Amino acid sequence: MSVRGRLTVVKPGLLTTVQDLGRWSHQDEGVPVAGPMDAFSHRLANHLVGNAPEAATLEVTLIGPEITIDAETMLAVAGADFDLTCGGGAVGVGAAFAARPGQTLRFGRRRLGARAYLAVAGGGVLTEAVLGSRATHLVSHMGGLDGRALAAGDELPIAPRATSAPNRARGLTLPTSGRARLRVLPGPQDDWFTEEAWRALTTVSFRISPRSNRMGYRLEGPPLMRIRTSEAISEPMAMGAIQVPAAGEPILLMADHQTTGGYPRIGHVVSADLCLAGQLAPGDFVEFERCTHAEAVAALIARERELMAQMTPPRGWAVP
Amino acid sequence: MVVRRAGDAMLLVEFEPVIDPLVNQRAIELGGRLRDRRLVGVRDVVPGYCSLGVHFDPLRTNLAALEEAITEDGQAVSTVDELPPPRQHEIEVEYGGAAGPDLDGVAAFAGCSADEVIARHAAATYRVYMLGFVPGFAYLGRVDRRIAAPRHRVPRERVAAGSVGIAGEQTGVYPLATPGGWQLIGRTSAVMFDPNRTPASLLSPGDAVRFVPR
Repeated sequence: MSVRGRLTVVKPGLLTTVQDLGRWSHQDEGVPVAGPMDAFSHRLANHLVGNAPEAATLEVTLIGPEITIDAETMLAVAGADFDLTCGGGAVGVGAAFAARPGQTLRFGRRRLGARAYLAVAGGGVLTEAVLGSRATHLVSHMGGLDGRALAAGDELPIAPRATSAPNRARGLTLPTSGRARLRVLPGPQDDWFTEEAWRALTTVSFRISPRSNRMGYRLEGPPLMRIRTSEAISEPMAMGAIQVPAAGEPILLMADHQTTGGYPRIGHVVSADLCLAGQLAPGDFVEFERCTHAEAVAALIARERELMAQMTPPRGWAVP
Repeated sequence: MVVRRAGDAMLLVEFEPVIDPLVNQRAIELGGRLRDRRLVGVRDVVPGYCSLGVHFDPLRTNLAALEEAITEDGQAVSTVDELPPPRQHEIEVEYGGAAGPDLDGVAAFAGCSADEVIARHAAATYRVYMLGFVPGFAYLGRVDRRIAAPRHRVPRERVAAGSVGIAGEQTGVYPLATPGGWQLIGRTSAVMFDPNRTPASLLSPGDAVRFVPR
């Protein structure tokens, strides 16, 4: 993919990072996966401009950026619902739109959700890949642009494409406001906890603490007490794990989580619902609902169908 | 060996819950065997001290076949009863002073001189049990009990890259500047992690490490 244009960051927003589907297959070297907090919306944004799902997007958090485009290209934003303008004209979340050279894309008021994804047609944001991925991991300063959040004046290489027919997302489940209900599978150390801990986990609303970030959400609520108080020996961890340190305040591991950890896990949020978790912000509430493995897989297939339903070619496209 | 589901996208293979070179070796060898199978959908195979994490894409993986492969390879590695000759590393360390601000604290904990802390830390050959925390961070064991000072109650906001630390019976090198709670006794200029190198991490699980005072 040859670079033929660039995005220039005028205002960076609160936390804007380059993300792709993550840096897999290096966790044995201690390399965290990173990637989008809401992979579903990342993929949808890419789809809307005709990109492959692994193309890098910009993940925008709570307060969006202002970005100038120096080439003619299609763009799309998916995920959190922001007021958007491009070249002064209103554009919508969940639909591709054309940008002309010199125009500025401005993220305005946020209505719903926490994170939006900006996809650029033609192969996405083309910062240098590190270990096969462009995903930004903030703590280890890896990937994206120098491993950090974007700042004013940054320039991002792109290979723009203006020709793709505008796709529009249809009937999409948008993130709900400030609250999510996440399905959870017990284990692998659920037997370390009291029965009251499980009851609390599945009946109480937990508040996302301000001390939350891309690595994990601290959950404020009743402490989840353990039967066993000894520490576990560090072992591999996955996004969605609900870890519980001795004091009982659970931590939901998110995209930038460490590859290993030593706190017991009472449960795991199912893959299908991680995108909903990714749309939560500090102060929002989360509830957990126990499910079975079969239900988790069915939910993931349903989520994929939801995405595939967006992938119907737009009207006017020749279908063989 | 027990195989547990850790959510719907990872299997956790648990061996005896002990920090032991042979148990660790079985986890590492199981990881190698599973990686060699190149099973569709498996995206990461990660050894822990006495466990192995197998990350998979639930929509692309035949879970029953993966579980069967783990059971089969698990049986094969259960008979591993000796350690293969490890890859050896010598890491030069400048102990004490600004490079090791906690050296005197560890000496006070041990009730010995700073020189004796250095001698004891440098006398042992350590095993790399696993990597974690940040890219290239290897958990090494075991540290001489006498100098096994516990980590700081309040971590430092920034530990310099190359810092050599002790946390109980573990020791290790911070590959990059991060927050950290370990007792810092020295610093090395060895490049612990370089994404342009293959493998990127200087240390891999199962390797042997000696620290050499400079």
